[in-house]
Amino acid sequence: MATKEVGKYQPLSYFQLMEVTLRELLVEKGVLTQAEVDGEVQAMRERTPERGARVVGRAWTDASYKERLLENGTKACEELGLDVPALKLVVVENTPQVHNAIVCTLCSCYPRMLLGIPPDWYKSRSYRSRMVREPRAVLAEFGLQVPEGVQIRVHDSTADMRYLVLPMRPEGTEGWGEERLAALVTRDSMIGVSLPKHPGTRP
Amino acid sequence: MIQPRFKAGDQVRVMKSYPPGHLRTPYYIRGCVGEVERLCGAFPNPEELAQMRDGLPAQPLYRVRFLQHEVWPDYGGNPRDVVEIEIFQHWLEPA
Repeated sequence: MATKEVGKYQPLSYFQLMEVTLRELLVEKGVLTQAEVDGEVQAMRERTPERGARVVGRAWTDASYKERLLENGTKACEELGLDVPALKLVVVENTPQVHNAIVCTLCSCYPRMLLGIPPDWYKSRSYRSRMVREPRAVLAEFGLQVPEGVQIRVHDSTADMRYLVLPMRPEGTEGWGEERLAALVTRDSMIGVSLPKHPGTRP
Repeated sequence: MIQPRFKAGDQVRVMKSYPPGHLRTPYYIRGCVGEVERLCGAFPNPEELAQMRDGLPAQPLYRVRFLQHEVWPDYGGNPRDVVEIEIFQHWLEPA
């Protein structure tokens, strides 16, 4: 968690207070143990965008894997030992003709099992309302100019599916292995608000 | 599970209805016509789940593709730009 002005008194916000109260009650009543709560928080922190990047790296190097991934995202992730609990994953592929981007206008549904905890902007009212209304302007603010001739597909994850963008493999990466490629794949490129890193970029 | 009424490629209209309660159909898409992109499967109805009921029988859920300029008449981008949204069957009617 980001620490603000360490050592200074910060009153708990409404939701922080609610979380502490509920957690303490659940522990006190024996519904959960503190160790279980800590374990879940730890697991949440360990889910990072590197998981999604592994999936992309594999899809870029193995055409039949990519086919399976687009057909059934959940099963294809299981092949790599990534558990995608309960939810159905839909992977959408960027091509020279189509650019995909993800939003959840109703709340902040996000493919946490592959990308971890969502960035704050993803949950912001501004991103959630503007991404469906004027995606080209929003993408431009992220520094991504989508050419006029390219179709934009915005995916509003309103119900039980979760989405992951499969970005286009950068040029100049011919012959690269899966792991090296995965290092180019950023969180934002899998949300669809930017492109993967250029192969010349230092890590 | 309720039988699916639609298949990929079908034209559907989202009902322009404003019932109270927990809904997963965004306001901005009600009344719009789109094309079924795929049937995602069937899931317990979230409107029922929110009332602590079991949400069964499961409702078919579709991904429906809408042209942006039909959703937002003043949309400025490529006329083929789309927004895709998951909509439960009981919100859809043939168009």
